[in-house]
Amino acid sequence: MVERTPILNFVTHLVLFIGFLLAIAPFVIVVIASSHNLKDVNDVPMSLLPGSDFWLNIKTAWTTADLGPKLLNSFIVATGVAAGKVIISALTAFSIVYFRYPGRTFIFWLIFVTLMLPLEVRIVPTYAVVANVLTPYQAILDVTGISWLIEKVSGVQVSLNLGLLNSYPGLILPLVATATGTFLYRQFFLTIPDELTEAARMDGAGALRFFIDVLLPLSRTNMAALGTIMFLYAWNQYLWPLLITTDQSHAMAVTELKQLIPNVGGIPEWNIAMAGTLIVMLPPLIVVVAMQRWIVRGLIATEK
Amino acid sequence: MEKRVTFGSWTIGILFAVPQLLLIFTFFYWPAGQAVYWSLTLQQPWGGGNVWVGLDNFRSILSNADYWNSITASLVFAAISTGLAMFVALVLAALTDRQLAGSRFYRVVLIWPYGIAAPALALAFRFILAPEAGFLSVINRMWPGIWDPGLDGADAMASIIVAFSWKYVGYNFIFFLAAFQAIPRSLIEAAAMDGSGVVRRFWDIQFPLITPTIFFLLVINITESFQDSFGIVDIMTSGGPANATNLMVYKIYSDGFKGLDFSGAAAQSIILMVLIIVLTIFQFRFIERRVHYQ
Repeated sequence: MVERTPILNFVTHLVLFIGFLLAIAPFVIVVIASSHNLKDVNDVPMSLLPGSDFWLNIKTAWTTADLGPKLLNSFIVATGVAAGKVIISALTAFSIVYFRYPGRTFIFWLIFVTLMLPLEVRIVPTYAVVANVLTPYQAILDVTGISWLIEKVSGVQVSLNLGLLNSYPGLILPLVATATGTFLYRQFFLTIPDELTEAARMDGAGALRFFIDVLLPLSRTNMAALGTIMFLYAWNQYLWPLLITTDQSHAMAVTELKQLIPNVGGIPEWNIAMAGTLIVMLPPLIVVVAMQRWIVRGLIATEK
Repeated sequence: MEKRVTFGSWTIGILFAVPQLLLIFTFFYWPAGQAVYWSLTLQQPWGGGNVWVGLDNFRSILSNADYWNSITASLVFAAISTGLAMFVALVLAALTDRQLAGSRFYRVVLIWPYGIAAPALALAFRFILAPEAGFLSVINRMWPGIWDPGLDGADAMASIIVAFSWKYVGYNFIFFLAAFQAIPRSLIEAAAMDGSGVVRRFWDIQFPLITPTIFFLLVINITESFQDSFGIVDIMTSGGPANATNLMVYKIYSDGFKGLDFSGAAAQSIILMVLIIVLTIFQFRFIERRVHYQ
C-alpha cells in the first residue's frame, strides 16, 4: 500500500531503531565486556572499543566453570526433552483423537490439567519423587496390601527404590511430563481429512501402520516446531537442574553461571563473568536465529 | 470436535496413551497430591513421620508479614513487568507491521531476546546495571549513592523488572506481529480509501482485532512472571536487599531447600497453585469466548 506519511515514517524508523538498539545492546555489551582486562572492564563508563583479552577471558571462564562437560550435559538434556516431547505427545494425541475407548474424555482432561501447574510451582514434592521415583508405586502397594501379601508369602520385604537425583532421566522426565505438545498434535490431527484415514483402512492399514506411515510424515513441520521450542525451554531451565544436580558431573551450563559470581555482596570479575554468559547464551541464540520460522510457528500453535 | 473415522481396537488406543499417563502420574499428580498432604501435616524434627496439623501451616504462613511482603513484591513485579513488556512489544510490532523498508530485518532481530536463558540475561543485566562498574554507574559518578540495587529495595526491584521485561518483549513481539499479520490487508486498505490515517486505523481496526491476543498475552505474562523470574532473582539479587525482591517462587525455594521447612514450602506451593489456577480459569473463559467470536 502506497501512502505518503513522511513524519510518521520518520517516527516509525526512529522508534524501531531504538527498539533494535535496546534488543541488541545487552548482546553487544556482553561481547565487549568479555574482551576487556579486569581494569578496563571496571572503568566507568566502560569503553565500547573492544579490548584484546577476549580469548583469554573465554578460556578462563571455560575452565573456572568447567563449561565443556556442562555444555554437553545441557545439550543431552535439551535434546532428550525435545525428543521425548515430540514422541510421547504424538503417541498420546493419536490415542485421544483416533480411538473411542471408554474413559477417553477423562484421560484427555487428566492431561489437560497438567498445563496449569508448571514445574516451578510444584518443585518441592517433585524433588521428593525424583529422589525415589518409585515412591508412588510403593505407596500403592502398601495401601492395597500387596506388599503385605508378598512379605507373608515370600518373606521378602518390598521396598522399591530408584533414585534419579544427579542423572539424566531425573533431569529430563519431569520436564517432559506436561501437556504442551499433546495439544499441538491434537489440533493438527483434527485437521487431517477423514477420507485419508478411510483410504488407508481400505488399503488394509491398521492403527499402527496408519500412525507410522501416514500421520508421522504429515506431522513433520509440527515436530520441528515443537522440538525447537522444547529444546530452548530445556536448555534455559535453571531451578530444576539447580536442585537435583548436587553432583557436578550432571550440572547444566546455565546453572554453572553461578560459579562465576561470588556470593551476595562480592563484586565479580566482570570480564570473566561476561565471557561465561556469552558462552552460555550463544547456543540458544544460534537455535533462535537458525530456526526462527519454526519458533514462530511452534509458539503460536502450542500456546493457543 | 470428533473424528468420524476411528480405529476399533481399544487396547492399542489405550497403550498409546500409557507412556504419557505414567509420566504425568509420577511427576505431576503424585507430587501435587503430596504437596497437599505436606501442607496439612508437620514433619517431626527427629524423624517419626508427619503429624496432622490441619490448616495450621496455612495459618502460620498467612499471619507471617514476610509472606505478605513476598506476595506484594510478586504482584508489583507481575504488574509492572507485564505492562512494560507488553506495551513496548505492542508498539514495536505495530510499527514493524507497517512494512516500511527494513521491517524484515526488525522482524528477525527483535525476537532474539526470547531465546536467552533468564539467568544468563540476568547476569548480563547485573553487569550493565551494577553500581560500581558497567553503564548505569555513570549516574553514581554524578550523584554518588543514587543508584545501588544491593542496598536499595526499589532499585533492586527495578533491575529485575528491566531484565524480565527485556526477554518478554521478544516473546510478546512474536505474538503481536502474528496477530497483526492475520488481519486481512484488504480491510486496512479499504479504511485507507475511506480516508482514515495510520493512527486512526490502528485504534479503530487493528487494536480491536488483536484484543484476543492482548488478553491472552496478559495472562501468559503474568503467569510467567511468577515462574520465570526465579533465575533472574537468584542471579541478580538473591531476594534481597531486605527481602525487597523475595518473590513467591524464590521464597518457596529458600524456605523449602535452604530452611528445610517442607511443610511451610508445600503450603506456599498450594497457595501459588491456587493463584495460578484462578488465572488459568480466567484464560479459559477468554479462549471460550474467542472461539465463539470467530
